[in-house]
Amino acid sequence: MSLDALLARGREVACQPWARHVLTPDAWTELRGVVLDLLGLWADPHAVHALLHQDGAYRLASVEVRDGAFPALSPAFPAAAWFERMIADLWGHRAEGGTDERAWIDHGRWDHAAPMAARPGGPGRPQPEFLAHEGDDIHEIPVGPVHAGIIEPGHFRFSVQGETVVRLEIRLGYTHKGTLGLLNGKSPRAAARFAARLSGDTTVAHSVAFARAAEAACGTAAPPRADALRAVMTEMERIANHLGDCGAIANDAAFAFLPARFHWHREQMLAAAQTAFGHRLMMDAVVPGGVSVDIVAAGPGAIEAALHRLEVELPNLLRVYEDYSSLVDRMVTTGIVSTEQAQRFAAGGYVGRASGRDVDLRQSPGYPPYDRLELAVPVLQEGDVDARFRVRIAEIHASTLLLRSLLPALPDGPIAASLPMATGEGIGWAEGFRGDIWHWMRLEGGIITAAFMRDPSWLQWPLLQAAIRGNIVADFPLCNKSFNCSYSGVDL
Amino acid sequence: MVWRHVAGRLFSPPLTVAAEKLDEREIAELAERLHATARRTLGRSLSIRQVDAGSCNGCELEINMLNSVVYDLERFGLHFVASPRHADVMMVTGPTARNMREGLLRTHAAAGEPKFVVAVGDCAIDGGVFKGSYAVDGAVANAVQVDLVIRGCPPSPAQMLVGLRLLLEANAGP
Repeated sequence: MSLDALLARGREVACQPWARHVLTPDAWTELRGVVLDLLGLWADPHAVHALLHQDGAYRLASVEVRDGAFPALSPAFPAAAWFERMIADLWGHRAEGGTDERAWIDHGRWDHAAPMAARPGGPGRPQPEFLAHEGDDIHEIPVGPVHAGIIEPGHFRFSVQGETVVRLEIRLGYTHKGTLGLLNGKSPRAAARFAARLSGDTTVAHSVAFARAAEAACGTAAPPRADALRAVMTEMERIANHLGDCGAIANDAAFAFLPARFHWHREQMLAAAQTAFGHRLMMDAVVPGGVSVDIVAAGPGAIEAALHRLEVELPNLLRVYEDYSSLVDRMVTTGIVSTEQAQRFAAGGYVGRASGRDVDLRQSPGYPPYDRLELAVPVLQEGDVDARFRVRIAEIHASTLLLRSLLPALPDGPIAASLPMATGEGIGWAEGFRGDIWHWMRLEGGIITAAFMRDPSWLQWPLLQAAIRGNIVADFPLCNKSFNCSYSGVDL
Repeated sequence: MVWRHVAGRLFSPPLTVAAEKLDEREIAELAERLHATARRTLGRSLSIRQVDAGSCNGCELEINMLNSVVYDLERFGLHFVASPRHADVMMVTGPTARNMREGLLRTHAAAGEPKFVVAVGDCAIDGGVFKGSYAVDGAVANAVQVDLVIRGCPPSPAQMLVGLRLLLEANAGP
């Protein structure tokens, strides 16, 4: 069935740029039978909302919560399971018929259960048991929440047979900061600092998606100069993160030369950001309405210098990588995500693109200024650690080209527009280094009354669980670094 | 291939940034504070265990850069360790998410005495922008005794390096 035919049966609610369709529970349940990508699932105190994609069209659907429950979508869309657990924890809405009803980010540590509900409180949720395994030869390795390295906290439960991982189950939520709750009651401008701190490594791209949602809800657009500067910052952030991760992947194979060089280049990019925009990570530089800082006169030169040094050395670094069979041996055929798996979870970013998914929000649905720029998105089929590494290297190159066309042609004019005290709903998006980022918000008199921020990691973490199956425990760090999913981004 | 790159580097200047001169008065003040708690006993090499108590991962990005060739933490006798059992210093980031409070306390308890705690970043100092949320306890000092704070959102690696070297000097004494 076509998604649009089903949505046409619902009541339309204004949301920019795409209307939201409120379905009856029966029609919502029929979504299970439609071939589509489920990109996100979230709630407010009275309804559950979904972001869906079919044949290049993005659609919003909602269902009202009745008697504290709504029909689950997880029986048809496996990615819905984590969202449904999160919705039950934060808003107290039960996903009826869901595949997994265990608590997720509610660790039983808050004063009230369902803190985002109309009336928080009630009994705390029982804490989950890890999935049981059968067979005598299997043992468990519990890891975390505090890991050995300098990374975010989360718990990984490996079920292992000999050296081979039979199953990995991930439990997150340790960095839950109540970010969605902090958004409510604030103006988009005041709330932007929370979007900038949902996942620090993606501070620019999350800020862009958040700003674009606010601008859509207000019916305002950022000035062209702001759009161009946002893209400059987003591409610098992408390059810096890929450099950090490529170094970290090689480091986990104990190949010290590559991280030494990759991290030096990462530092050059961060230093260029400090020169150009006054902050190494460019935090709080993107705000609803535009950007808060203009690029300084020395900025384009500093960025070009860093790009030039990188461009000169990058082919050599890739050659070194390919020259060492002991290194390549660790990467190739390790942690494979099949195209079918990536499609079922609608994974974006390098995780999707290394597994044959040709998706990029800069191209479809597109947003300024990318709609007037040429962009070659690399796509590989292998789906292993090596493919994710190579997609990142190709993306560094693509972003370099984008920066070179953006910087000499920055439009003149203001860097920000003021937002009216509007009432409305909007959805905004941006392609961060990890992939597709979506922000939705509802404004009443210029104040946020409901919002959601969907990090790409929601659809990538579950695939990490799939990728490690059948691999040896020692290859987990490689798989994990090649994904580098955000903990804070999904812990909210 | 690597040998050619390494050979090239033999004749180029070092990539590591020079060490900034530390403020003697700041060292003396910190030394006095540490002395008051009778914990100047750890020598000139400190092992650091990092704990993320709910950060946005911005602080972790910059802490990781301390290990890069640019900041090269180890030249000062400072290095990161995997186990809290081996740690003299705990660098704690984040607004003490309630879901991480027990993880923080247990990691802290696992590190032997004496030990120093450094609160890194504005969230760890007072909860930062997340102050007042139902899900955070705010300042790390509410959970464990803090000996040094490094401000910033996130602090730059250079700022962290200054803070950690102050601690090293103050601890080692004159």
